[in-house]
Amino acid sequence: MTANQYRNPGMPLDLAWVMRARVNRSALERRTATLPARRAIKKEWQAAWLLRAITCIDLTTLAGDDTPGRVRRLCAKAKQPVRPDMLAALGAAEADITVGAVCVYPNRVREAVEALKGTHIPVASVATGFPDGQTPLAQRIAEIEQAIESGATEIDVVIARTYVLTGDWKALYDEIRLFRDVCGGSAHMKTILATGDLGTHKQVYQASLVAMMAGSDFIKTSTGKEKVNATLEFGLVMTRAIREYADQTGYQVGFKPAGGINSAKQALAWQALMREELGVEWLMPDLFRIGASSLLTDLERQLYHYITGHYAARHHMPMG
Amino acid sequence: MGVLEIFKSLDYGPAPESSLAANAWLDDHERKFGLFINNEWVRPKGVEYYPSFNPANGELLAETTQAGQPEVDLAVTAARRAFEIWSKTPGSVRARYLYAIARNIQKHHRLLAVLESMDNGKPIRESRDIDVPLLARHFYYHAGWSQLMETELHDYQPVGVVGQIIPWNFPLLMLAWKIAPAIAIGNTVLLKPASYTRLTALLFAEIIAEAGLPPGVINVITGSSKAGTMIVTHPDVDKIAFTGSTDVGRTLRRQTAGSGKKLSLELGGKSPFIVFDDADLDGAVEGVVDAIWFNQGQVCCAGSRLLVQENIAGRFLQKLERRMETMRVGDPLDKCIDMGAIVDRTQWETVDMWVKRGAEEGGEVFQPSIDLPDKGLFYPPTLIKNLDPAAETVQEEIFGPVLVSLNFRTPAEAIALANNTRYGLAASLWSENINLALDVASKLKAGSVWVNCTNLFDAASGFGGYRESGFGREGGREGLFEYLRPAWQPRPRPDYAPADAKADKDSWGAHIPARPTLPDANKANGRELPRVDRTPKMYIGGKQVRPDEQYTRPIFSVKGKLIGQVGDGNRKDIRNAVEAAHAAHTAKPGWAMRHGYNRSQILFFIAENLQARSDEFAERIRISTGCSAALARSEVELAIERLFLYAAWADKYGGSVQETTLHGVTVGVNEPLGVVGIACPDEFPLLAFVSLMAPAIARGNTVVMIPSEKHPLSATDFYQVLDTSDVPPGVVNIVTGDRDYLTKTLIQHEDVDAVWYFGSARGSYYVEHESAANMKRTWVSYGIRRDWTSAEQGAGHEFLHEATQVKNIWVPTGE
Repeated sequence: MTANQYRNPGMPLDLAWVMRARVNRSALERRTATLPARRAIKKEWQAAWLLRAITCIDLTTLAGDDTPGRVRRLCAKAKQPVRPDMLAALGAAEADITVGAVCVYPNRVREAVEALKGTHIPVASVATGFPDGQTPLAQRIAEIEQAIESGATEIDVVIARTYVLTGDWKALYDEIRLFRDVCGGSAHMKTILATGDLGTHKQVYQASLVAMMAGSDFIKTSTGKEKVNATLEFGLVMTRAIREYADQTGYQVGFKPAGGINSAKQALAWQALMREELGVEWLMPDLFRIGASSLLTDLERQLYHYITGHYAARHHMPMG
Repeated sequence: MGVLEIFKSLDYGPAPESSLAANAWLDDHERKFGLFINNEWVRPKGVEYYPSFNPANGELLAETTQAGQPEVDLAVTAARRAFEIWSKTPGSVRARYLYAIARNIQKHHRLLAVLESMDNGKPIRESRDIDVPLLARHFYYHAGWSQLMETELHDYQPVGVVGQIIPWNFPLLMLAWKIAPAIAIGNTVLLKPASYTRLTALLFAEIIAEAGLPPGVINVITGSSKAGTMIVTHPDVDKIAFTGSTDVGRTLRRQTAGSGKKLSLELGGKSPFIVFDDADLDGAVEGVVDAIWFNQGQVCCAGSRLLVQENIAGRFLQKLERRMETMRVGDPLDKCIDMGAIVDRTQWETVDMWVKRGAEEGGEVFQPSIDLPDKGLFYPPTLIKNLDPAAETVQEEIFGPVLVSLNFRTPAEAIALANNTRYGLAASLWSENINLALDVASKLKAGSVWVNCTNLFDAASGFGGYRESGFGREGGREGLFEYLRPAWQPRPRPDYAPADAKADKDSWGAHIPARPTLPDANKANGRELPRVDRTPKMYIGGKQVRPDEQYTRPIFSVKGKLIGQVGDGNRKDIRNAVEAAHAAHTAKPGWAMRHGYNRSQILFFIAENLQARSDEFAERIRISTGCSAALARSEVELAIERLFLYAAWADKYGGSVQETTLHGVTVGVNEPLGVVGIACPDEFPLLAFVSLMAPAIARGNTVVMIPSEKHPLSATDFYQVLDTSDVPPGVVNIVTGDRDYLTKTLIQHEDVDAVWYFGSARGSYYVEHESAANMKRTWVSYGIRRDWTSAEQGAGHEFLHEATQVKNIWVPTGE
């Protein structure tokens, strides 16, 4: 596809396009059921792909018991996600392998920025009444502003599901557009659709289109707090919307699945989905992120297995 | 390639499945196989061997035996001996054996899958995730029918020894479709795998022996088409089941004609894949991949004719072409490919020839710029655009990874284009509008219709074709009847074979029109008031019409007295009747489209009006046949009862919900065949006529009736009953005359969908033989009389079964 390297500026809301959306669920399910089986990735290819997956992780902690110490430990892991001896064995010691970003609540941004000083690892902050988006608009806007002020360069905003469920696409567009304006030139915006809260896959497709029209840099599946998180079906719907948007506008929008992704096998399935539906560019961290907290350990264990031929013990991998 | 390099390129690499166990198994047999008869390897002396190659790399895998007549005889004898026991084994016991087979398939799942991919060239993903699981599924499902046979199928018996000939595209799956239903209900089997792909059938044979199946129930015979002919023509084989090309199907139809063997054929296709403008286009693109690039397109029901609504055609084809660019073609044992190798060089060359032909015919050929392996029989996924229905590439089955595309403007045009084919195996249609989708599904002439999905199979749903895609179903309850015979009926052994084929064929149905006859001595003396002359006519399109040629046929009573004259029908009368029968379908509402309620009302009404004239009909029968008045009256009463019977069935045989593995609804619809030609026997001239006509029209067929040749006057009286019973024009047409002469025209008429013939063994031979031209369904008596007065022989499920064909509509659900 022909695509523009520049950041998605968004476009006026095109309701006719939104209403034209058609998604057939059973067809989605067949595609996602067979896609991972069509693209088995083994041996050195698997090691390389998993290493790449590590660079796409938004290493995340979003919990009530987050403390400065917890954030610091996470950032240490973000800087050194794979044991140096293993990286050397992979011939990737010089590759500067880090995760894609560290993702925290607004209150924890400052500590993360501090811990990551001197690296190129961005700090992402959730905002806009995460996870439910049910707080007054002014407060949601203020959260974005404060996160940016604290040093976040990526903002993960949640949408108001109400607008999707009531079909008020104009209101949804206006609000996301406003978030985007607040992010301005200081921060990239990932828009969380909270797909598990939406009624149908068609609505996920429609919400994806509206979010991109409103200028999102990424669209993201979930907060991790919904009952259903990142499923491959949601991912397929959203990546197809991204492809359609790129076809029509020339702008590439990134994709971030989040929630429930904790195994190397899942990571490879998501990567295969990206490569098949969007192309190899969408496997790089500027267009692909995986929101996860415990995934990294399993990726490391698989790398260990590739290197040594032995199955790895969890406690041999340094904690984040 | 180093990890760091791939880290940047994110290329795919090989992900090979190990072939260690499969190769070890071949080595265990020293790569040379005998025949599997009576649970033993039989290695005949002095036979030829045939090499099996891996199409992906050309390597010799093993050699297999070319069976000859002694080996076929040995296997038939083994199967016959086993049948004597197996057919009497309680269903609940057979169920245990089938269950054991299913379990043993699962125990050797990977070995079966790997060997299948090595021998056939199909991707390991498909053999592992589709073929072998379905193989097991078929034995589980049919273990259930073994268990239920005594209670659910008690009016039927197994047919006996079954010869089964299967193709190379799904060696294991086709084996399952054939063997599981056959042995479940008490038959024994000779299976002949295709020459290119014999190895997994031999592995399967060992697995079923390991599962403890008694000897002789399943025998595997490898051999050339000569061995196939030996099986097909063997007198002690009771039934032939074949999957393969329509041309070979025609040959088998002719070879088995008049033998009394049952036959089921699953043949070629050129199935439409219809995309409406309100479809999920991305979903439909993946559907196309599954439709035509599944198994390298070597699928009889492959969606090989893409029909796209004109207003979205550009966008859709653009999406499709982009998708083709991400297809991966390569080593079948690689778990990271979409398409493997074409089975054989001959096949590869045929596919290539068709693509070149498509270009010559003005098509625009698109092949993606993807890598193919340097050696091996690989062919890229191919799309040929801008073709018209007149192009040969649009009409002919290519049997490879080649899709042709056409556009349509309206749903009506989509249906017309979809049905513009001699085949009728399957169809796929894509729309998010349920009203449109289900309406189109009901109008497509195909045995399987997939709504928003494609190439789905399950043991609980019968698979098989309309038109020249064959007849019979495999899977589901409907599939069992291919391996059953009514309990009262012994295997017919008419054994009619013409001595001089050409002369015999020419003389069959030859006819010189009748001439005037001098009345007998009992002449009117001129003083009595003569009866008003009554001239029975033909009944065509709801009108009483004179015969085309105005020849007249005298009708005598059994005592030789002239009792009337009927028209002596000819080819054109048959032609006109067939046209009228078609018009009754295209009328609005067409006969098949009417509610069962409406058809039942009409059948009840026919019965009512026959009752009103029952004395007259009884008298006619008495005079014509010379039977007693009491017997004549009872024949009329039975005819009325039959009309009531099929009035009852007119709205109670619509089909069933099939319990497949689909998340959604699979509906098996018992559809009419279309236009059915029916040649009636001479015995019971009214009862047999009604017993054949009524089930046919009750289930939505329109009919061309050739009444009893000797006693046609009951039928010509009957059209007045039809006339007063609201029967729409053309639903029942009656052409009187010479049975075989008229039948010859009917059977050779290519717009007749089925012919039922109740006449001589010789006539039955020709009906079956000549039906091969358009593969119409036939039902013949082989010159054996049935008792039309018996509820068992003269009525019932067999008649409904013969009057219908099953269409399975798959509708996945979920939003």
